[in-house]
Amino acid sequence: MDSAAADTRELIAVRNVSFGYDGGRVLLDISFSIRRGDFLAIIGPNGSGKTTLIKIILGLLKPSQGEVILMGEPVSRFRNWQKIGYIPQKATNIDPFFPASVREVVAMALLSNRRTLGLSKKQGEAAIDDALRHVGMDAFKASPVGSLSGGQQQRVFIARALVTSPEVLFLDEPTTGVDAETQDRFYGLLDRLNKKEGMTIVLITHDIGIVNKHITRVACLNQRLVYHGSHENFCRSDAFKDMLSSGHLVSHEH
Amino acid sequence: MNALLHFGFLQRALVAGIFIAVACAVLGVFLILRKDAMIGHGLSHVAFAGVALGLFLSVLPLVTALIVSVAAALGIMRLKEKAGLYGDTAIAIVSSLGMAVGILLATLSGNFSVDLLVYLFGEILAISPLEVWLSLTLALLIIAAVALNYSKLMFMTFDRESARVSGIRVGRLDALLTVLTAVTVVLGMKVVGILLVAALVVIPAAAGLQAASSFRMAVVVSSVVSTVSVLLGLVVALSLNIPASASIVILCFFIFGGIFLIKRKRGLFAG
Repeated sequence: MDSAAADTRELIAVRNVSFGYDGGRVLLDISFSIRRGDFLAIIGPNGSGKTTLIKIILGLLKPSQGEVILMGEPVSRFRNWQKIGYIPQKATNIDPFFPASVREVVAMALLSNRRTLGLSKKQGEAAIDDALRHVGMDAFKASPVGSLSGGQQQRVFIARALVTSPEVLFLDEPTTGVDAETQDRFYGLLDRLNKKEGMTIVLITHDIGIVNKHITRVACLNQRLVYHGSHENFCRSDAFKDMLSSGHLVSHEH
Repeated sequence: MNALLHFGFLQRALVAGIFIAVACAVLGVFLILRKDAMIGHGLSHVAFAGVALGLFLSVLPLVTALIVSVAAALGIMRLKEKAGLYGDTAIAIVSSLGMAVGILLATLSGNFSVDLLVYLFGEILAISPLEVWLSLTLALLIIAAVALNYSKLMFMTFDRESARVSGIRVGRLDALLTVLTAVTVVLGMKVVGILLVAALVVIPAAAGLQAASSFRMAVVVSSVVSTVSVLLGLVVALSLNIPASASIVILCFFIFGGIFLIKRKRGLFAG
């Protein structure tokens, strides 16, 4: 485990977090920190509490014990949400009949925060165009989002998360149901955001192989935090071997 | 037609009707996409209790209906959140109670009369100047409230969880939408009556959703369908001497059907 308490780059601190539904334990005494510029993969078997942990970090769920400090503030008092980008697990399971154009989906996040961001209408439109160009979806601006493929929809959701220029991006199993080639391009994009623009990225996955080349840190979860630290050390750790041998972790190399 | 427009009652009915129609259509789009289309129907039953209370107390029924419906709408929201009821159960419970209280009050006041029937079946041509101003003000407030919160409401309707993470206070917006719906239903009641107000909330919005490739287009088309139905419906009602509420709702249905068939013919229908 890292000693993160005195780390000046600390962006998010999870302190002694436990969580349970109706008596059943989901998370037990989780403590770790996420630093600026990290590309962190949260991995673990199904039901290990990965999504629950992200939801607690983002204030969507309240932990039964412990606390989360987001950019120096307890999550319940945190207000600078435009600094956080989030793409939930079921983002691509959207209602296909929802009549929203690609532009409207991206605009939702921006326009909801326009006053906080201090943007004029014109600057807002420019930011929307920029975000769509970033993910290569500018040609689809007027298309209904329900008519796009899963991979294209995923890129639109990334654009929506990027449009407010967040400092940290959370993604929950972002490439479920997306073909291998699109996955590669997608992780290439995340890599650029992380390495060139210094964006912190937190990603849930059950397939460590796909993200291998890109991540710098790993948090391995199985109700408890089994491992947290650098990616290199993880691959040599007992936790990694245990996870692989028990079939709880997949490792597809592309 | 020119001569008809000079009649004060028709002018009043047209102005109030158009603004109420737009408010109903715009809210309808959000309600349908939230899978909450039946809330209009449920609240109309509650509005019946409100009207009966007004007649019982000899207060303007529009005012009592507004108070009772807003309270009931918030009650339905609380029940849904706290009681762990499935789907529409909260609406069914509260609307049945509304109907029962309405019947009781109407019977107690011995006033199961023409007054109540006017509210049940709608009589926009009999709208009073006070009611016109009240309706107009409220309809404009509803449209303004939706316009001000447009992006947030759309985001929350599309992806509630991400909306929360972007800092939108979804609980407050739920309450806003609930109150606006209750007021809209009561206003719509003046146009087409308690029995048909749900149609004015749902059918134009459903037509707009059929035609739209963007959210903005859905809102615009719904508003146009609703406005055209009210205008044409009033003209048809006057010309043929039939109830305006019936002609408005039947026209709504025909426009919806027309859009549905055109879409199907073009092969865009994906259902």
